[in-house]
Amino acid sequence: MLTVLVDGIASGMLLFVLAVGLSVTLGLMNFVNLAHGAFGMAGGYVCVVLLNRHGVPFVVCLLAAALFAALLGLLLERVLYRRLYGRDHLDQVLFSIGLVFIAGAVVDWFLGARQQLITLPAWLSGRIELGFVGIGVYRLFLIGLCGAIVLALHLGLVRTRFGSRLRAAVDDAVVARGLGIPVERLFAVTFALGSGLAGLGGALGVEVLGLDPTFPLKYMVYFLIVVAVGGANTVLGPFVAALLLGVVDVAGKYYVPQLGAFAIYTAMVVLLILRPQGLLAKAAAR
Amino acid sequence: MRLALEAAFWLLALASHWLLPEQLPLLGQVWIVALFVLSLDLLVGFAGVLTLGHAAFFGLGAYAAGILAQQGWGEPLSGLLLAALLAALLGLVTAPLVLHGGDLPALMVTLGLSLMLAEAANKLPGITGGADGLLGVEMWPVLGLFRFDLFGRTAFFYALAVLFLLFLLARLITASPFGLALRGIRGNARRMPALGTPVRARLVAVYALSAAYAGVAGALLAQTTQFVSLDALSFQRSAEGLLMLVLGGLGALYGALLGAVAFTLAHHILSEMSPLFWQFWIGVALVGLALAGRGGLLGLGALLLRRGRA
Repeated sequence: MLTVLVDGIASGMLLFVLAVGLSVTLGLMNFVNLAHGAFGMAGGYVCVVLLNRHGVPFVVCLLAAALFAALLGLLLERVLYRRLYGRDHLDQVLFSIGLVFIAGAVVDWFLGARQQLITLPAWLSGRIELGFVGIGVYRLFLIGLCGAIVLALHLGLVRTRFGSRLRAAVDDAVVARGLGIPVERLFAVTFALGSGLAGLGGALGVEVLGLDPTFPLKYMVYFLIVVAVGGANTVLGPFVAALLLGVVDVAGKYYVPQLGAFAIYTAMVVLLILRPQGLLAKAAAR
Repeated sequence: MRLALEAAFWLLALASHWLLPEQLPLLGQVWIVALFVLSLDLLVGFAGVLTLGHAAFFGLGAYAAGILAQQGWGEPLSGLLLAALLAALLGLVTAPLVLHGGDLPALMVTLGLSLMLAEAANKLPGITGGADGLLGVEMWPVLGLFRFDLFGRTAFFYALAVLFLLFLLARLITASPFGLALRGIRGNARRMPALGTPVRARLVAVYALSAAYAGVAGALLAQTTQFVSLDALSFQRSAEGLLMLVLGGLGALYGALLGAVAFTLAHHILSEMSPLFWQFWIGVALVGLALAGRGGLLGLGALLLRRGRA
């Protein structure tokens, strides 16, 4: 029971780190970016290649994954995404699905379609016995690290000048521009940050979520749920949504495996119908 | 001029039977895919409703027709009718869920619903055959006269005939006041009520209509291949449908047909080289089309025609 709960929380936290960048893309620029998972996949593969083929220490791999994904995000944002702001949602959907297909084909071409496995360093593997239950050390590491990221993001958004500008821009981009806030540059930076976090999440998630060329499509729905349920203007909203999602998903797969992913899809549709507020209401009103 | 082009299109479609006698099964598939894209065009191109889950209706139609035939009633036309009715019903039931917000909720709800259906089909192997696919579909001759043959000759004419008839119907519908109202809604949904158009009712109606078209396309696939796989419900199918629509030209009936033909033929040729290669180029095509804007092949053709005249 406790093991399932901890596993659920750990995967929920991972989902949050993976998806938080998307909430900014959707909320700030009203851009339907279905390719967000591709950045997570990029980070995951950077980590796998460095760790397995070159024997780089795990922590360095994580940093490299985040950095690579952030740079990739910055590049794509400046070169491609920028041209599609304010365009029809259909164009954005087509564009980002196209990116997902390209990313999948490229990864498949160079690294093959099989699931990637990594060997965790000794200090992260094994279990700790807490009373009756054993809890994986890596799960605890995930919870600690992701928890720190959540805290840092929350403080960054609430306490810093960058954070207050970002919140202002999400609330009303037109007025924010009028006040002299460089919304475009703000968005480029945030996009890179979000992509970097996704890359980090992808690297951390190789052990938990798995990694293969279908990763962006497989988890697209999960990211969308996190953002849709959580809303765009806080860190805590998507965080709570991601935790709930992680726990429900893991518990569902553990206790009623015959339902499979059905439970999650149903939950998503029901939630969307019951609670279309937050981000969705905002996007619809524009 | 226009009429001549149209006649040429359909005559060429018919003539492909003798021009490419080796490829009849592929051509039969082309007509089915064209019908699916036509159904998307009614919804996305004319009414401006976004969907990422249109494969739900295609798959429902395919399984409905497949299961009907598997259970011993192999009459093709009644299978099409059943598929259309069931898909339209699903459309009517889900339309309020899809249409209650803006683009984003519509995208996510359609995606979610189609994933639910795909997962349900996957988890109910007793009914759908699960991951192995639905086997044992046996069809009776079309109209009691034409047997489905190994070369795909009957399938070719059957699918082309259904496509042609439903295309004519779609043409009537889109030229009617109903079709004009849909274009108006796509242009400006807030002003249409001022003209006395019940926006909601029109959208629900076109959603169900489009669902029925997709259901018929799915049923055709099940009947002509005598097999249904989970692939019929896949996200890939929904996404490729959108791609074909935009490739051919959004909001024009011939755009849907042209897009389906061009896409399926390109798929056939490129994926014989390498499936990966194909996925990569679809991606590039999607990105390119999104950046370059609409119009597609049809828009390009019209542009060339105008250039030619000037």
